[in-house]
Parts: sequence; C-alpha cells; structure tokens
Amino acid sequence: MSVLVYTESENGKLKKAAYEAASYAKGIADKMDTTVTAVSVNAEDTSDLGKYGVSKVLKVTNEKLQKFNADAYADVIAQAAKKEDTKVVVIGQTANDRYLAPILAVNLEAGYAPNAVELPESTSPFQVKRNAFTNKAFNITEISTDVKIVGLAKNAYGLKENATEAQEESFEPSLSEEDFSINIESVDKATDKITIADAEIVVSGGRGLKGPENWDMIENLAEVLGAATACSKPVSDMGWRPHSEHVGQTGKPVAANLYIAVGISGAIQHLAGINASKTKVVINNDPEAPFFKAADYGVVGDAFEVVPKLTEKLKEFKANNA
Amino acid sequence: MKILVCISHVPDTTSKINFTDGDTKFDTNGVQYVINPNDEFGLTRAMWFKEKQGASVDVVNVGEAETEPTLRKALAIGADNAIRVNTPAKDGFQVAKELAKVAQDGDYDLIIAGRESIDYNGGMVPGMLAKLINANFVNTCVGLEVEGDKATATREIDGGKETLSSSFPLVIGGQKGLVEESDLKIPNMRGIMMARKKPLKVVDPVGAEAKTSATKFEKPAPKGEVKLVSEDNLDELIDLLHNEAKAI
Repeated sequence: MSVLVYTESENGKLKKAAYEAASYAKGIADKMDTTVTAVSVNAEDTSDLGKYGVSKVLKVTNEKLQKFNADAYADVIAQAAKKEDTKVVVIGQTANDRYLAPILAVNLEAGYAPNAVELPESTSPFQVKRNAFTNKAFNITEISTDVKIVGLAKNAYGLKENATEAQEESFEPSLSEEDFSINIESVDKATDKITIADAEIVVSGGRGLKGPENWDMIENLAEVLGAATACSKPVSDMGWRPHSEHVGQTGKPVAANLYIAVGISGAIQHLAGINASKTKVVINNDPEAPFFKAADYGVVGDAFEVVPKLTEKLKEFKANNA
Repeated sequence: MKILVCISHVPDTTSKINFTDGDTKFDTNGVQYVINPNDEFGLTRAMWFKEKQGASVDVVNVGEAETEPTLRKALAIGADNAIRVNTPAKDGFQVAKELAKVAQDGDYDLIIAGRESIDYNGGMVPGMLAKLINANFVNTCVGLEVEGDKATATREIDGGKETLSSSFPLVIGGQKGLVEESDLKIPNMRGIMMARKKPLKVVDPVGAEAKTSATKFEKPAPKGEVKLVSEDNLDELIDLLHNEAKAI
C-alpha cells in the first residue's frame, strides 16, 4: 500500500529530480498514513534516498536496461507497483518520465495527473493542483481510478529532508521481448553543457542581440552563473541558435530558479513557457517591453553594455563568495 | 503508407485564459481555436510523406461539432479524409481509447499526434494510444524518415538527441523540428475550396470513460511590480538576486 516513487538515474547516479520526487512522495505518504517505496533502475548508490523519506528501495540492476527504453521502464515500474500493491505512483517530469508515464498509465489502468505543483489537497477523493494552459493557469485534477499516477513538475516542491531508515531490496522484474520492440540506435548528448532541463539558472537571448555572432556575451554570462543558455522563438526560427534552445509555449518549458532574459520583448507565448521559473530578470532597452510586466527585476538599458558589465561584476561576486 | 494525424482543437497561443461558472469551466468567449501547434508540425510532415512517398493522410479529432472548422483547416492543408469521433474530449485516457478504435479500424501504419496539447498539457494521448493498440511509440519526436517498412525517428532528450528505429505500426508524439516553422502551410483558396468537398466522416464513440476530471481552475496570483535597477548600479541587482531572491 506504500506510495511508489520512480527515482530516475543517469549513468548510475540518481538525478536531483529523483530526490525531489521522493520528497513529494513522502508528503503524500504522510497524508495517507503510509510509507514510501522507491524503484530505481541501474542506480549505483541509492543510500541518500533515505534522507528524503524513502523507507524501502527496490533496486533493479539489469544490463538490458542500460539505455532508457520507455516500454521496458514502464513495465518495470508497473511490476513494482503491483508487487507493493501501490495506490499512488509518483514520477518526475523529465523527458524520460513524460515518455514512460502514459504507457505506465495503460499498464496500471491508472488515471494520470502530470505537472503537479503541490501536494494533493485531498487524497480521498484524490485532487491535485497542476499547471495547465502552458502555465497560464492551474487546474485541480481529480483522479478517480484505484491506482493513481502523479507527475511532479520540476522545482515545484523542492527537496525536503526527512531522515528515514531506507532498506534496500534487489528487485528482478520479468522483461519480455515486447518491451524491446523499438531499437535505440544512438544517443547524442553533449556531456559538457548544462541542459535547460537540469539547469538551476537559464540565460536566454532574443532578437535584441541582433545576430548569432553576438552570442558570446550570453554564453559568458551563463558560464559565470553555471547556467544553461536558451533563446526566444524568432531566434531559433531565424537559425541563429538551435531549436533545442528555443524556450516558450511551443519550445521547451523552463522551471529554473533564475531566468535572465536579454533582448527578449516577452511575447505571451514566451512568457507562458518560462513562467514556472522562480525569479525572472529582464534586460531590455525598451521600457515598454511586455517582459517588464512579468519580471521580478529589470534593467532598462542596452544589452551590449549591460550584459558584459554584469558578467564582470558577477565574476567578482563569485570570487568573493566562493 | 497510411498515416493518421490526430488533431487537437485548442485556443490560439495568444488567447487570454479565463474561466466561468465559479472557475469550473474554460471561458470560450472570444477565443479563436486552431490546430494544436504540436499537431500541425506532424500534419505538415505527413504532407511531405504524401507528396514524396505517396502516403495517404487522414486526420481525426475527438470532439463535438464545434471542432469541425479545425478539421476542415487540416483538409485545406492537404489531408485526404477527416474523421470526427462525436463525443466531447474529457481526459487523455478517454481520448486515447476513442482514437484507438479509429486507428485499429483504419489499419494505419503511422499515427502522428502532438507531444501535448497547449491547453491541458497532458502529454499522454500519443503514449496511451500506442500502448492500447500495441504499437511502438516515440515521444518528443523532432525528425522522422521512412524507408520501406522501417521508420527512423529522432527524439529530443534532456540535453541531446536519440535516434530510434521501429517497424510499423508506430505512434509519434511530435513537435517543432519534425518540420521547420517556415514549412508550415497556410491553406490557399484552392485548398479551402477543395476541403469543403472532402469527406468528413462523423463516427459514434465507443463510450470510453474518463479516469480524471478537471474540477476547478485557478489563475496565477497577480505579480508584484517589477523592481527596476539602474544600468549604472548593477551591484544592486546582484545584491537583490543574492539576498532577496536567493537565486545566486
């Protein structure tokens, strides 16, 4: 009857999103007077899960699961849920989580509420608040099935320490050929760059930068902050930056701690996509730019002067606060 | 190759989002509806397969009569046939089950849907549909090629890309990248005239039940005023970010 949380790992290491999902699962478990069981696939060290309220870890170690495969991973989680007689499954909302969740929902005949931003207001009936209309509104979703799946939006709950003694148990799900009917040919991932999905800070550039040759200053600012770089839709449409950097309603969503927009006017579609970020800073020479209405802090000024100056000052700040 | 493109009927991306009836219903007053952008990228890619590889392209929507203009637009862009499953869309599971029946009856090779609709952002219909009909599934697909009875798809992952290959039937959760923004087609007059004569079949639902319901909506709390910092005093900005926002 425990709450089951899928804790995602990459190259054997649990992701931050996994600890956040575990913290959230503990919050739900407390409301339901039960405990949290985690299921991990090929994660080496799961001992820290106890810190965030996990009582039991089902450890799956399987060579066939080295590469992420949505069908197979969904099958593993479904079998863990059945073994534990779980009524609530918690996942994160990484690209892989979103890929496997609908398959898992069919496997478990479960209702699924993605993008959850708070603990359920009530667990009977099960009602949870989630982002909808691409962050322009919230929606309270009621899940009416016996088994429920909740997808926790990134950075919505945070890490909550809750020291618990975590028992580890090896778990061997039975995998079928069907689980591997799609072939993963190759994975191309830049390992030296911080991704928009994982970044705490995102620095984003818009048309105000005038051309791709001026992106050095965005990259320099990002480097000082340990941030990922992003861009607005027109910038990716004009080919100044790759599509993978486009953030907004039809691009990637951003739920960072800090979002710095440089030379971005703030079209409604862009703001929707970045709205889940906690603190927003805008640098723009047009004081009428709509972004100033959405931002927490703003600098009216020429990006070509402000950004290099800010980068230098941040370097000093970082050096003094290291 | 037989392609089915699933079309969601959604408020235009510039829509102001409001609610009525004590915040229990989306306020459709003054809202323009469009083909869900993620679906439109998929539809445009399907048109490419039609032109270059002789594929047939059907479009489907689960919804009541008010969604027909959106299906007609898909026909005007070049789809051959449209199907409307005559029932309101209630949740992802219900829509996926209704689509599964259409997918099976039509014996499609390739089914393309958007990775998510821009209204409810469930992101679950394509994956559920795939599982329900035992098809392979690629989500957040940014590239798709077909050669004979094999498809090669590129998927966007956090921080990179992954290439997958699959036999048919295959379900795609598509997005920008399947085609470029500049490849999107605005229907011309001839397309619009032809679309009026193309078949739009209304089929009865199987009566799938929803597993979730939207009980209430909330708008985000109004935001406080922006704090403006002079460009000559960027130390203040750093101080605010460090001490007030605790963001750096």
